[in-house]
Amino acid sequence: MKVLLTGNEAIAHGAYAAGVTVACGYPGTPSTEILESLAKYEDVDASWAPNEKVALEVGIGASLAGARALVTMKHVGLNVAADPLFTLAYTGVNGGIVVITADDPGMHSSQNEQDNRHYAKAAKIPMLEPSDSSEAAWLIEKAFTISERFDTPVLLRTTTRVNHSKSLVDASDERVQKEPSYEKDPQKYVMVPAHAQKRREVVESRMAALADYAEEFPGNRVEWGDRQIGFITSGISYQYVRETFPEASVLKIAMINPLPKRMITDFIDHVERAIVVEELDPYIEDQIRGWGLTVEGRNYIPGIGELNTEIIREALNEEEIEAPVEDVKTEEMPQRPPMLCPGCPHRGVFYTLSRMKLIVNGDIGCYTLGVMPPLNAMDSCICMGASIGNAEGMHKATGRKDIVAVIGDSTFVHSGITPLINTFYNQDPTTTIILDNRTTAMTGRQGHAGTGVKLQGENTKPLDFEQLTRAIGIESVQVIDPYELKEVRQALEEAIAQDEPSVIISQRPCLLVERSKNGPLMVTADNCIGCKVCLRLGCPSISWKDERAVIDTASCVGCGVCAQLCKSDAIVEYTQPDKGAGI
Amino acid sequence: MVSDVKDILLVGVGGQGTILAADILSQVLVSVEYDVKMAEIHGMSQRGGGVSTMIRFGSKVFSPITEKGKADYVIAFELLEALRWSDYVKPGGVMIANTERIEPLPVILGKAVYPNDIEEKIKAKGINLITIDAAKFAEQAGTKKAANMVLLGCLAALMPIGKEAWYGYIERRVPSKTIEINKKAFDLGYEIISTTASMV
Ligand code: SF4
Ligand code: SF4
Repeated sequence: MKVLLTGNEAIAHGAYAAGVTVACGYPGTPSTEILESLAKYEDVDASWAPNEKVALEVGIGASLAGARALVTMKHVGLNVAADPLFTLAYTGVNGGIVVITADDPGMHSSQNEQDNRHYAKAAKIPMLEPSDSSEAAWLIEKAFTISERFDTPVLLRTTTRVNHSKSLVDASDERVQKEPSYEKDPQKYVMVPAHAQKRREVVESRMAALADYAEEFPGNRVEWGDRQIGFITSGISYQYVRETFPEASVLKIAMINPLPKRMITDFIDHVERAIVVEELDPYIEDQIRGWGLTVEGRNYIPGIGELNTEIIREALNEEEIEAPVEDVKTEEMPQRPPMLCPGCPHRGVFYTLSRMKLIVNGDIGCYTLGVMPPLNAMDSCICMGASIGNAEGMHKATGRKDIVAVIGDSTFVHSGITPLINTFYNQDPTTTIILDNRTTAMTGRQGHAGTGVKLQGENTKPLDFEQLTRAIGIESVQVIDPYELKEVRQALEEAIAQDEPSVIISQRPCLLVERSKNGPLMVTADNCIGCKVCLRLGCPSISWKDERAVIDTASCVGCGVCAQLCKSDAIVEYTQPDKGAGI
Repeated sequence: MVSDVKDILLVGVGGQGTILAADILSQVLVSVEYDVKMAEIHGMSQRGGGVSTMIRFGSKVFSPITEKGKADYVIAFELLEALRWSDYVKPGGVMIANTERIEPLPVILGKAVYPNDIEEKIKAKGINLITIDAAKFAEQAGTKKAANMVLLGCLAALMPIGKEAWYGYIERRVPSKTIEINKKAFDLGYEIISTTASMV
């Protein structure tokens, strides 16, 4: 049966068909939906881990015990998981293990644009790369076979356009059944130096065997056409090339590491010009040049951002192309930036931070949007879990006490606990605000150790942030309601005054998780003096019409934060005009 | 090799139901045996940002992405987004634009202005523009929220696929209580275009 699936759904389906029984990851766009789709199968144990390193460690345990395991993360997540990955290359596997790295060329929702193909080379493990959903479903099955046949973890690299695009997949419900079996083998699985030194040689001979396999791997293939130009390409770039130059010869590579050297050499010999089309770094091109062959690519194809058919056509067409009509100067149009939702519990905290002019070290999550005007309440944002350490460093450099870190609940569990321990140990008097909205909101409301609900729906015991931070030893811990602006301010003033590290836990569920029970508010035009103070909140429900503030009653959730700001009591509970309220 | 691929874009603002409409559209296309690819940009859309879905169909589709100036139809769920995406409409192509205006934050803050001459600007590019007050028709059907179905109906009227196929997937995708309202909204959109199709 042919069904339309995203690349992520296709990977989940393919992994299920391949008999995966344990799957673990940390949510991160564009990888998140893989695990969410797998979680729907009862005979798979799918779970979110606090971070990618832990996710991989769970996967490794499952693999050693003989199960097939899938581990998912976005590209930056692999930086976190790199430590166990590099040693896993030495131990090898028992049940097959595949790690997904979902790269994000163009940075649609990421803090950097790294090309994770380099990880495969650096860790000395095979990497496969699909170019659409149907290939993704096929390749993930192949990845498990390769993993077991060559006793190695396999990286499957995707990019946003493959993860989030839909195409047709032949989907059956057949599933490989595998009985896990484990045999003690410390020489292979315990990486003390003496054992690791022996495994180091195994790693090299494995890569040599894989290099031979790459030549016959059915995912690597030549599609002969016109031989004036031959394109060497992989992943989504293959689709762009086929679309743009339907007549050309194409060498399509699905195994990114190791590359099929003989196949590539032969292809280059049989075309007049060979051009590599690849997104981000010249990964394939550099290797081909390293073999002493002549190839083009980066001299035409840009290395920053996503490719598309237009870029490729313009880069490679010698003739003048008719420029598309562009009468609309989109850069002059009002942008539509994402913003904190109406009634978002983080808004009160950011508003207060910005009014108090504190130095705010931010972190990765919805609340990074606190950087946007009119709040402008963020000074730094580097990577998951960085805010607390950044704040500590800033204090060390300046001695200032008005330095805070904001971190979401999920991010705190991910990698905020260790830097908080460090801040406590060093007694650096920074303030950490845990913005606890009971979910991993940015990636689509996933659970985590603080929420009390697991990926497959079962309830569990939630982590108590107050107890946890007190157990670290921090004495100044306050729990506040971010909807109460006075409370927020008081807590901050108190925390900043401390000579020791302090924690504020700002607790309110994300509105996308728990709908507000409050009715909307409205502005009584007669009372509104047009001071615009409520607009400073940047609540999408408040707009400006005819010199007065107006609240959109359809989207306002009645959090009441704006009403606390209005000095002339113009913001009141919404009453249906026909029910009469003196208006 | 002449490609028979056609391109449709659905663009709007997070929360307007563009993704649901795009899902129904692509399912209908699959059911009549086209090769279909669909590219979404979402991620932060729940937080008031723009959303766009590109749907490409034909006997064999490679790239999931539509180039500027190549879309056969662009359905804009919001007026400013209509202008933003108008460069994607191919010469002589059709744009169906909802007249709803959702002000982005820079406009609310007074840092930018919401253009007043959007329709003229789009028409000046030689695009066949059809504007629809989708909320009005959706209200006639039973709820403003069904505006996305009105717009889907508009598009359906331009495509050579019978109404039954559309009904089938609407029934599958919307909450059972709202099936009739959504189908009615779809019908209203369909009729508007059927009766004004001579314009196109
Ligand atoms: S704060 Fe009150 S008075 Fe000032 S603009 Fe807003 S509603 Fe009007
Ligand atoms: S009460 Fe005010 S701040 Fe809260 S959602 Fe409504 S308009 Fe926005």
